[in-house]
Amino acid sequence: MLTDLYVFGDSPLHRIRPGVKILALVLVCTLLFILEGWPMVSLGGALVALCFALSGLRLRHVVAALRPALWILLVIFLVQTYLTDILFASFVVFRFAVLILAATVVTATTRTSEMVDGILAGLRFAPSWVPKNQIALGVSLCLRFIPLVLSVFQDVRQAQRARGLDRNMIALLVPLVVRTLKTADEVAQAIHARSFD
Amino acid sequence: MNIEFADVTVKKGDVIVLEDISIRLSERRVGVIGRNGSGKSTFARLFNGIETPTSGKLLLDGVPERKNLRRHVGFVFQNPDNQIVYPIVEEDLAFGLRNLKLSKTEIEERIVDAMRQLGLEHLRNRFTHQLSGGEKQMIALVGVLVMRPRMIVFDEPTTLLDLWNKQTFMAMITDLPQHVVVVSHDLELLRGFDRILHIEAGRIVADGDPASVIDGYIASSRC
Repeated sequence: MLTDLYVFGDSPLHRIRPGVKILALVLVCTLLFILEGWPMVSLGGALVALCFALSGLRLRHVVAALRPALWILLVIFLVQTYLTDILFASFVVFRFAVLILAATVVTATTRTSEMVDGILAGLRFAPSWVPKNQIALGVSLCLRFIPLVLSVFQDVRQAQRARGLDRNMIALLVPLVVRTLKTADEVAQAIHARSFD
Repeated sequence: MNIEFADVTVKKGDVIVLEDISIRLSERRVGVIGRNGSGKSTFARLFNGIETPTSGKLLLDGVPERKNLRRHVGFVFQNPDNQIVYPIVEEDLAFGLRNLKLSKTEIEERIVDAMRQLGLEHLRNRFTHQLSGGEKQMIALVGVLVMRPRMIVFDEPTTLLDLWNKQTFMAMITDLPQHVVVVSHDLELLRGFDRILHIEAGRIVADGDPASVIDGYIASSRC
């Protein structure tokens, strides 16, 4: 699960400031698209592998990061093979995998609160009308509430399955949206109660 | 510490949720009971400023207070999932403190103190969504304790807990040095409290010691 990707540790990568890591990620991803070709993407792959080793991440973290994207990568591979050739399709899929793993290095070595600090630092020079704290809080809430919404969805699906309605989209989506909105309302109250202005 | 409600009314649209509540609370353990929809959750939310009165006012130690209520009064919700904001326990505990712009040292000190107080140090580096219901509720309480409030309000805190967690959690509440107000349907858990308020249809219909108020409430439910 996305929020499980943070791996506790004290490696050099864990200690780098989050803003630097996010900038490096943006830079690497941009370069991989600007400078096309196997040499560049191989270099990117090697760099990501080095980062994985330095941060103490294991093969299971690679699998956990790539597994949710496997179907999309497979579709991209098939489409590219059909439109171009198998070599280029392999290149495109490999590049996407490197991008996903590069992002994984950042999320695995950066706590949400550090990410929020990084976002706040990045918004330091934004105009005063930009709601910096709210943007940063929004990002942290997204990460926190992915498992929560998933859990609500599973509850709703089980309840509807008991009624024989687990294939009915309306029966699944309406309670999910209502419960999510109700939860959002209470979360907003809880945040208010915890001294957030 | 005492908190006073002076002619407090809360309306939502045309519906009067609470009407002319005038009461002064200074006891350390106050329980609030009543039927579903009686207005007790709205009453509880007034303490912390989550809800604001449509008319009337709240006085903290005799001084009218509105904006700073949440600095003095913490609030624990029924469902801890809605109260926990960050994916890792220690990050979540630091959330309220960061909002107060405290130093890192002070934040660390408060987290260590509060977790030690409830014996929960082992949960510090856990993912919040992997905790059990009881652990989440306790972490939600620690998240309030780190703010060092003078009073803590609990809105049906044991509804989602099993018998063991319920008893552990209530024992924790009883041992807290702060003033506490607990809204609950679990009448047995409130029997040891100093004072019980019974709210019906937006009004306080009984107010007194647990034995008389709770027994009266049970008797009224049989009518």
